[in-house]
This record gives sequence, C-alpha cells and structure tokens, in this order.
Amino acid sequence: MDKVLLKLYVTGQTPKTERAIANLRRICKEDLGGQYEMAVIDVLERPQLAEDERILATPTLIKTLPLPLRRVIGDLSDTEKVLLGLDVQPVRKGEEE
Amino acid sequence: MNTMDRLPQIEKLETGIAGFDLIARGGLPKGRTTLISGTAGSAKTVIACQFLAEGIEKAGDSGVFITFEEPPDDIRQNMVGLGWDIQRWEAEGQWAFVDASPQPGAEAVVTGSYDLGALLARIEYAVRKVGATRVSMDSLGAIFTQFADSATVRSELFRIASALKAMGVTAVMTAERAQEYGDIARYGVEEFVADNVIILRNVLEQEKRRRTVEILKFRGTSHQKGEFPFTIMPGQGVIVIPLSAIELKQKSSNVRLSSGNEELDRMCGGGFFRDSIILVSGATGNGKTLMVTEFIAGGAANGERCLLFAFEESREQLFRNAEGWGIDFEQMEEEGRLKVVCEYPEVMGLEDHLIDMKTVIDEFKPNRMAVDSLSALERVSNIKGFREFVIGLTSFIKHEEIVGLFTATTPTLMGGTSVTEAHISTITDSIILLRYVEMYGEMRRGLTVLKMRGSMHDKDIREFTIDGQGMHIGKPFRNVTGILTGQPVHRAPAEIERIGELFQE
Repeated sequence: MDKVLLKLYVTGQTPKTERAIANLRRICKEDLGGQYEMAVIDVLERPQLAEDERILATPTLIKTLPLPLRRVIGDLSDTEKVLLGLDVQPVRKGEEE
Repeated sequence: MNTMDRLPQIEKLETGIAGFDLIARGGLPKGRTTLISGTAGSAKTVIACQFLAEGIEKAGDSGVFITFEEPPDDIRQNMVGLGWDIQRWEAEGQWAFVDASPQPGAEAVVTGSYDLGALLARIEYAVRKVGATRVSMDSLGAIFTQFADSATVRSELFRIASALKAMGVTAVMTAERAQEYGDIARYGVEEFVADNVIILRNVLEQEKRRRTVEILKFRGTSHQKGEFPFTIMPGQGVIVIPLSAIELKQKSSNVRLSSGNEELDRMCGGGFFRDSIILVSGATGNGKTLMVTEFIAGGAANGERCLLFAFEESREQLFRNAEGWGIDFEQMEEEGRLKVVCEYPEVMGLEDHLIDMKTVIDEFKPNRMAVDSLSALERVSNIKGFREFVIGLTSFIKHEEIVGLFTATTPTLMGGTSVTEAHISTITDSIILLRYVEMYGEMRRGLTVLKMRGSMHDKDIREFTIDGQGMHIGKPFRNVTGILTGQPVHRAPAEIERIGELFQE
C-alpha cells in the first residue's frame, strides 16, 4: 500500500485543535496501519502556507498523496466519514500481520 | 466635563469615490465596517475594488481584497477596463488578495465542528503584509454557499468583523439581496455588520436601467438621505451624482451678457445674467435653434468661449443653418471660440450624458453654453431621472459661472407647455416663450420674456420674423389675446380703445 501523506491545518492550541490531532492520530494508527506521514501546521504561525493552499476553515485535513487531492474539514470525529473523504481503504486489523 | 467633550466624534475616511464622499458627508466611518448590499449586477464588486483603488491612488492607503466569489484573476482582468492596474499594485505591495473563492472539484467532506480561523489568520496576515488600512470583502453570500452550516459561518463572520475593528482598518463587506426593495440582505448578514449599511440599486423603470446608491444608516454619524443616481464610466469607475446634496450657494452675478440679439437684450433689461439659466420654449421650427445660434454668435463676437451641445441635429446641419443666417461656425471653431458636441441622446443614459458634459465643460471652460434641445434628452430617461439631470447640470454650470441657454420643444404648435418645462421651469432663471400666432390665415411668430429673475423685463408679446440675417423682433401684438394659451382672439382696435377708456379716470 502507498504511503499516505497528510497535512492538518489548525489554528492555535485550542480544544478543537487537540481533538482533531487526537482523532487523526487514532485513525492513522488504527486504519492506515502506520503507512502514513502526517504534518500539523498552525496557520497562526505559518499563514503563508494557508494562503498557498487557500485554506478557509480549521481544522482542515489535506491528503496530498496518493492522488487525487482530498480535503476533510472539521475535528475528524467521524472516522468513517474521514476515510470516505480521504478516499483511502482502511487497513483491516489482522491484515497487518 | 460632560461626555460630549470626552468622546471623540466618529472620524470619516474619504473613499475617493467621486460624489460619494459628498453624500456620505466626508466618507465612510473610519475604523468600522460598512455593509454594501445590492442585487446581482448592482456594481458591488466594482465599488469594493474602487474603495481600495482610490485609497491607493489618492491617499496612498494599502488595501486587502478578500474574494469569496470571483477568482482574483477574473477581478484583475475585469478592473483593467476601469483603469485599475491591480497586478502592478500587488507587485508594489499596495494590494493583496485573500483568495477564498470556491475551488472547482474540491468539495470537502465535513466531519465535526470547525471554524474559519484559517481565513481570519490569512486576513490578518495580508493586512500586516501590505500595511493595509482598507479592507474589502466580496461577497458574503458566497461563503454561505461554500459552507452548509450557516450558524457557524454567521458567528465566524461576526468574529472576523470584530477582528477587523480591532485591527483598526476601515472595511466594506458586500452582500446580495433578492429584491430591489425588500430585505436588506440575504442570510441576515446585516445583523452582525450592521453599524453602517449602504444599498445599491439597479432598477428597471420604463425600459431604462437606473443605478442608485442609498446610505441607509451610519451609526453615530450623519449622511445624506435618499437615493442618489450613479454611473460607471470606463477608466473612472463609479461616479455618484450627488444631486440633492448640491448646496444652493452659487454666487449671483450682476454682470450681463448679450443674448446675441440686441432687441432681445433690451427686452431682458440689458441682457442675460452671467450665471443664469435661460429656457427657450417653442414648437418645432419656431426659431429655437436660431436663438441658440445667435446666442453662440453673440458670445463669440464678444470674445467669449462658447459650447454647444446638440442632440437633435448633426454638425453639418447646424453649420449649414448658421451659414443661412450669416453666421460662420467653422471660423469660430478654428479660432477656438466655439466647440460643438453632437450626439444622439440614445447612445447612453442620462447619468452618463451628464458626466460626459461635465467633462467637456471642465476641459473647454466655456463662458456660455447651449443645449439644443433638452426635450430630446428627456426621451432617454424617466421624469425623475430627467429632473435630476437638469438639476445636476444647471447647478454645475452655475457654479462655474457659465450662462446656459436650454431649449425645450412644445408638443403642440400653437400653445401649451412641454413636459420639459413643467419639470424644470422652477430651476431656470429666465424663460423665453416662442409661439406661433395664427392671424387671418397666416402663421406668424411671437416671442415673450415670461420670467427674468432679478431684473425688469419687457412684458409684451412681440412679433418676430426670420430672414437671412437672423431674427428680427418687431412690434407687440396689440390686438390679439390668448396667444399663449394657443387660442388667439382678435379684437378690433375700437374695442381695445373702449376697454382702455373704461379704466381711465
């Protein structure tokens, strides 16, 4: 399976930010089987990156690889929807070994 | 010390949009957000851009443009025609876009709660980057279509509005409305940026489009009330025509100028006043254009600069007519004493005509001008628009101390008044009536000075004739009554004498 590249754009250290990061870590670990690279970008610190990607809402999760590019907005609380939005097949438990 | 002394008044920021600052009594409230609401095609985006463009050009203020609707590339291209080189301003660090326009094919899945913190961070970043003092957001409705959760969008927009205030920038936000006369804006956006509201309208009335701008409210500061027409000119953008905002403070002059006809000067008590408006009313073929021609010739002979706007006849016709009366327009033009502008009234709206005429007047700087005829211009507008046009033009030329002669065509041959007169007679200083008089199977011409503000004048109805030398004013019609009503009744001289005797002691 291809490595999934993920960027999570957040604004500052808010409960929403922490929730989104925690949810994403869990999804990555449980459903992507560790085949991922993840970066968290705080738009307050790097506004130019948000400008380049034309981010409006936070948190926004962008899957840059494999193509196509996908965006998911929100605190990522619904795992099924996140996977659907990212267009990735979850790795079933057991298939890993 | 009371609060009045301690609290500073709300400052205004001059927008630089022509005419607007006059109706806004100085400009937009500084450091606040103003909502500009209008239907589709009511020039919201143009105004939003112009607010920044004028800031850069006239005041050296940098600006940030946040677009929710059109991609920046489209805006850059669309505004070139209005004379704004946004690309250059971007390169020079005076203009920054925050592109929040919808991206095609990038439908994002939403899961869980979110906010527009990234947008706000980008706005703050852009404002810092160019040191902006002006911010435009265009248009709020489009962001509601990008995000389904309108409650979140609403509270986030409120947060952005508060942040803009905290940054101390003066901002305009545009919003759509469904009807010209109805709710202020869609999605109730006025509820959270409601300090100041301006409404743009583009009303279709009698097959004519009429653009107006109305300041609905400026919280805590004053503005002119009601709708003011505006137009969009290539290379200039929006120009507001602040008609009723014009103050009646023109200087009044006692200097008299010749009408170009000695006898008429005598009838007017020595000529027209230098900053007066004269209306010449008459039926078709009654000598109005001749009077205009003599008026121009009289000015030119006196070494004045004369300007003629003709909306009925072509240049060739006018020059040929003048020649027929022994007046050489061509030579006057060569000597720079005359400028003739011929135009079909239908080529543009009245607002545009007004702006064009003002531009010509500004450039040529005439001492006198004539418009032949106002009635032709009336065709391209509705009554209200026409009246505003006349007020706009007369107040402008009075301010410039130009004497103006306007003609109006009456619909009937013999008498009565034209619609034109009915609407502008109170605006003019003098009225001269030209009338046909039917006498014993012959059409003769009569002339009277009906009104002459600030001067004695001849009250007679005088007969006049036209020949190769122009207009000749003769004797009064002594034995006819009812000329002006169009029903001349001839009285035998004996009867007139008898009536005269009745009033003798």
